[in-house]
Amino acid sequence: MSVAESKPASCRNACKLCTPLGACLAFRGVEGAVPLLHGSQGCSTYIRRYLISHFREPIDIASSNFSEDTAVFGGAANFKAAVKNLHRQYEPELIAVATTCLAETIGEDMNRLFYEYMAENWEEGHPQMLHVSTPSYRGTHMDGFHAAVRGIVEALATTGSRARRINLFPGMVSTADLRHLKEILTDFSLPCTLLPDYSQTMDGEGWSEYETLPTGGTPMKAIAACGSSQLSIEFGHTLDRTKTAGEFLQERFHVPRRLLGLPIGIRETDAFFELLGVASGHTIPSRYQQERGRFVDSLVDGHKYVFGKRAVVYGEEDLVVGLVAFLLEIGVEPVLCASGGESGRLAQAIETVRATIPTRKSSAKMEIRGGVDFVDIREQAEALKPDFLIGNSKGYSIARRLNVPLVRVGFPIHDRLGGQRILHLGYRGAQQLFDTIVNTLMERKQEDSEVGYSYL
Amino acid sequence: MINIIPEREGQVLRKGEGQGGIACEKKSTAGSVSQRACVFCGSRVVLYPISDALHVVHGPIGCAAYTWDIRGALSSGSQLHRNSFSTDLREMDVIYGGEKKLRAGLCELIDEYKPKAAFVYSTCIVGVIGDDVEAVCRTVEKEKGIPVIPVHSEGFKGTKKDGYRAACEAVGTLLGTGATDGISPHSVNILGDFNLAGETWIIRKYYERMGVQVVTCITGDAKVEDIRRAHGAKLNLVQCSGSMTHLAKMMEEKYGIPFKRVSYFGIEDMSAALYDTAKFFSDEPAIMEKAQNLVREEVGAIYPQLQAYREELQGKKAAIYVGGSFKAFSLVRALRLIGMQTAVVGSQTGGPEDYKQLAEICDEGTIIVDDSNPLELAKFVLEKDVDLFIGGVKERPIAYKLGVAFCDHNHERKEPLAGFEGMLNFAREVYSSVMSPVWQFVPRRQRSMVPVMPEFDSMVSQIEDAV
Repeated sequence: MSVAESKPASCRNACKLCTPLGACLAFRGVEGAVPLLHGSQGCSTYIRRYLISHFREPIDIASSNFSEDTAVFGGAANFKAAVKNLHRQYEPELIAVATTCLAETIGEDMNRLFYEYMAENWEEGHPQMLHVSTPSYRGTHMDGFHAAVRGIVEALATTGSRARRINLFPGMVSTADLRHLKEILTDFSLPCTLLPDYSQTMDGEGWSEYETLPTGGTPMKAIAACGSSQLSIEFGHTLDRTKTAGEFLQERFHVPRRLLGLPIGIRETDAFFELLGVASGHTIPSRYQQERGRFVDSLVDGHKYVFGKRAVVYGEEDLVVGLVAFLLEIGVEPVLCASGGESGRLAQAIETVRATIPTRKSSAKMEIRGGVDFVDIREQAEALKPDFLIGNSKGYSIARRLNVPLVRVGFPIHDRLGGQRILHLGYRGAQQLFDTIVNTLMERKQEDSEVGYSYL
Repeated sequence: MINIIPEREGQVLRKGEGQGGIACEKKSTAGSVSQRACVFCGSRVVLYPISDALHVVHGPIGCAAYTWDIRGALSSGSQLHRNSFSTDLREMDVIYGGEKKLRAGLCELIDEYKPKAAFVYSTCIVGVIGDDVEAVCRTVEKEKGIPVIPVHSEGFKGTKKDGYRAACEAVGTLLGTGATDGISPHSVNILGDFNLAGETWIIRKYYERMGVQVVTCITGDAKVEDIRRAHGAKLNLVQCSGSMTHLAKMMEEKYGIPFKRVSYFGIEDMSAALYDTAKFFSDEPAIMEKAQNLVREEVGAIYPQLQAYREELQGKKAAIYVGGSFKAFSLVRALRLIGMQTAVVGSQTGGPEDYKQLAEICDEGTIIVDDSNPLELAKFVLEKDVDLFIGGVKERPIAYKLGVAFCDHNHERKEPLAGFEGMLNFAREVYSSVMSPVWQFVPRRQRSMVPVMPEFDSMVSQIEDAV
């Protein structure tokens, strides 16, 4: 295994997005919330457009719409106008504010703006407001996402007598993943605050009227109850454990927390189910035991199609770690694990999930690189001669150039329908990933063969 | 119940309901969820199709990431424009300045990709940390021997329209720097066609068939060398006038090249564009003759099929919300050609004259709106009960969520909609969305979402009867 952190002078086709995008997505997972970006109009519009192309849903994100005057004299007037107009048009329960690089750089004091606004405009039933600092020059969209989750909890969680309930902070997963997690928790009869929950707000039914506040999202009451839960579970081996929502709840309300990897593949999912078993006092429901069993059975059926295949894995750090854990279990060799994230914890996290997989003498070298862009990935992939790529749709140009298939997972998926509904988590998610990978390789083999095999 | 924000009431007009003009050319209302982007966006979209130039976004990563390969502006050669290059500014750069990083990044990228020119876009943050981007550009230009052009596109310094202007200024620095030999006395530049799905190539062929030389399309399949000699053309044809009129005026002042506003959408406007050009070159009557033949031939080829679509689309209603209002005129006319009526029409950046003209060609009761937002658009769509929405990526989910057919007339389209064949594609796209069987199932068209189950007893008796 080799580890390299690259620092080019420029970024060429970024393998990351800016912090406010992550924050806005997290905000859309709170019931009755409207995100407001304090900054230029373009930030909200670009982020909406980027998210819309993946989720294919209306995603309203307001902007305080800075002008030249605002940048010189401060954004107080724009902020107040934006909140008033949002209140009037959307009647939200929560206005969740994230500050863009412009607002951060000119030194906007959001606490003061909140205070001034409330002093003038507070009335019974006024929406609550919270602020998360998300300058895009610090971190990636994942940092923005986790900061927003923590910010929501900091603003809304309250103390109370300890209840039989857990908090689950899954990170940036798909809407299908969120629905699956809720189903699992229900089957364990374990009351839970899942935050954020954009499973409905970002993947909902059609409307007969425009829903200013789309149905769904984590209820504010459930977030308030976070402070009295018996346990917090957070997914992500590369999280900065001192900066998460779980850490805040532990420090402030003494809610114990456990950090797990994203439950992708057998071992990471086993760890999650074991923890749920302990927390709920129930054995693993039989349907999940069966799902696990069927999955293992299918691994046996399909193992030869994937053994020793070389994969390039890229995307957010925690997704990469989860995918690598899974790929190693099925016999695929991740030859390059790459991310635009720069937590500095990627290699260590991969080492953790690799530990219990026996290494083979013939195993290929695994390159692990944080802080890379897609040109770095392409250059390295060209030399590594992978059999397939696995990651978001932004790797398509590389796959096309190398003439290898791309297995689309994660975010964003801008060139297929239903990208938001891909299931990655749990035994069921692993089953779908496995079937997809095997079938992708089979299809390639069938197409590349002159024989035209009708049995594979 | 959706209410229009009081500050925005003047930006909505209902034709025939006794008000004066529409308020427009304003900055967007804070908190309104405008469909507009920013100054940077305006510059980026206009310069994007210059395919053999390096486009470097100076700022934190977002602005570059969200504009990576975002437009379907096709290139016949270099594909360099489809990349996304950024200085990816970090906290330390914001504190100590990003000039060094910009210089290093530019040099590295120019060495690697060997572009014919480089555009450096300033983003919001550059406007407040005070980097001397012009000085860096001058230095690198000297060092590398290619034009390195700063684009003053700080996001907060105005609206998208100001970004168009900044882009025109940037292109202006390239003009007049190349040789003009071999340019015909009957020659034009195309301004404001972005070669989406190859549309410029279609239009270019029409002009060539008429015996008119196209020197450069400045905004579609553009090459730096062609732009350098664009000042040798005899006429500028300006589509997307919101973005390109400034450049056309610059060229008129500096090089004495007159310009005409044209549109390539719909049969009427497409034909008018060709005839207007032919009229301009009246010293060569053969051009008009060829134009007439061309129009006859092309219209003849598509007309029967258009009529077939028209039969079924007759009387359907549409909403239009696009970036520039000039395109909206063509769309109103093109819809009329296939039997459809425009009930709602708006744009992000229209001017007072545009809206006045728009009102003139629309039917009574049509809602005209400037710089709208999702709530208003949804309200109008439902109020007018439209069958079709024409817009871009950000409007699509509004339409679909409410169960309305949609035609993408923005930069993501994959089928050419310009020219005569484009009109047929447009009609086909409208037809295949409006006539889809899926709409019968959407909530807006269904009384009850859940199928009503017959009583168990009556079901049993039915089964018994059948037996």
